[in-house]
Amino acid sequence: MTLNLFLLQLFTGVALGSVFVLLAIGLSLIFGLLTVVNFAHGAFYMVGAYVGVFLLGLTGNFWVALILVPFVVGAMGLVVERFLVRPLYGRGIDYPLLLTFGLGLVLVELVRIVFGLEGVPFDVPDALQGAVNIGIGWFPLYRLFLIAVTIALVVGLWLFLEKTSFGLIIRAGARDPEIMRVLGVDISRVWLMVFGIGTGLAGVAGVLSAPMTSVIPDMGTSVLVEAFVVTVVGGMGSLLGAVVAGLMVGIIISMTALFYPELADLAMFILMAAVLLVRPQGLFGRKGLMG
Amino acid sequence: MMLDVRDLNAWYGRSHILQGISLNVERGEIVCIIGRNGAGKTTTLRSIMGLVKKTQGMVRFSGDEILSEPAHTRFARGLGYVPEDRRIVPGLTVRENLRLGLLGQQNGIDEAAAIERIAETFPRLKERLDQIAETMSGGEQQMLAIARASVSEPKMIMLDEPSEGIMPVLVDEMYDLFERMKAEGTTILLVEQNVEIALSIADRAYIIDQGRIVHASDAATLLADEGIKERYCSV
Repeated sequence: MTLNLFLLQLFTGVALGSVFVLLAIGLSLIFGLLTVVNFAHGAFYMVGAYVGVFLLGLTGNFWVALILVPFVVGAMGLVVERFLVRPLYGRGIDYPLLLTFGLGLVLVELVRIVFGLEGVPFDVPDALQGAVNIGIGWFPLYRLFLIAVTIALVVGLWLFLEKTSFGLIIRAGARDPEIMRVLGVDISRVWLMVFGIGTGLAGVAGVLSAPMTSVIPDMGTSVLVEAFVVTVVGGMGSLLGAVVAGLMVGIIISMTALFYPELADLAMFILMAAVLLVRPQGLFGRKGLMG
Repeated sequence: MMLDVRDLNAWYGRSHILQGISLNVERGEIVCIIGRNGAGKTTTLRSIMGLVKKTQGMVRFSGDEILSEPAHTRFARGLGYVPEDRRIVPGLTVRENLRLGLLGQQNGIDEAAAIERIAETFPRLKERLDQIAETMSGGEQQMLAIARASVSEPKMIMLDEPSEGIMPVLVDEMYDLFERMKAEGTTILLVEQNVEIALSIADRAYIIDQGRIVHASDAATLLADEGIKERYCSV
């Protein structure tokens, strides 16, 4: 075992964690504002990959697919919020949870019917093929690209939340939706947009992972569990928490895979249990959000 | 007439809280609603603002029926509201809380100028603009809540127990401010437990008990009538 191998595995963990970060941010935003536990998030991730496959087949251009996917999946999210989730507000947290759980199953089945059970290929675009020497060894260029896109999206989202009026509305609306209504803000429109942004991010995560994993209808199922673990560890509703915990979980998975593969599936749950024992609200969560 | 409420009923679940409230506020007036805890004062304001789900009756603001509208469009019509618990948004600075008061406005008020002007009216907020709002004292937070509700220059502002839990010197400062707001043309509907000070600046007053208006008169008459105050306002 060399130091370089260790560092390379660390990098692999960061790349893996990037996907978790993108998923957890969406989950966390949606929960923070709408108090909807979105069990369809994994399905939106999967749909993102398939929409990517479809658009790639249509245009033959990876970049066009990458840019269009979040808008297509985000638009689906808008429709889902407006017509399925919205009628359930004010009825308790389990109603939208059950609805999105069912919706996730429906989406997986629909994709099975249209695209079949078997995986569809999604090649790494030519420009991103190969590996580059990052000083400690050769690292797949595509994974570096994934990390870079994630950084750009997180920074962009942070600027949007901290520096724009709409971002201020989102931050305040997560704490106190009623006062926003009293101050003239149509909070249901804000919820709609946030659901669209969250699902759009899940779609991006899906299309970005497509070249690294197999694109199959079930691809969102396991990743949803990981995304929930990240959200719980980081703290529901916290952007910083999603980023830190996403990277932590990615690194822990890849490190246990290296040192003690038998534990790879279990490690993140041990982390979650440990964090919950010390800080039930998650690393960066606020107390009493569910109250 | 600025606000005209007729036969307003409101329910929380199955409890019939407001049982036919009728009251009105003329343009430029300060009107006060007093009554015991649980009499329906807060529910009256919340119903007028559109925060109670089940209501019935008539609420006219500046001549338009608004009872079927959501809260945010009532604000856009020029109806401001400062809730009882102030509802300063935690984690945001004083300036950000003030900005919240401008996001929903349709008066085209410039943000920088409005915050500058508010800082002049509320000197206590001026040097704290970039402080996290919930670290201020209760009185300062109340000032911020009032500033936030008035920064968009509403036609009328409703205040729910603004003096509650605030030290007397700040209460006086606040009531001076209400008189200045009135002089500048803002109509005020005030709910208070602190009967003496509320009646001292109000034009008229309503007493509410068990969800009904039981007395209406000008404030001076009520201020002099110890008997009725004793009957409806002692806690």
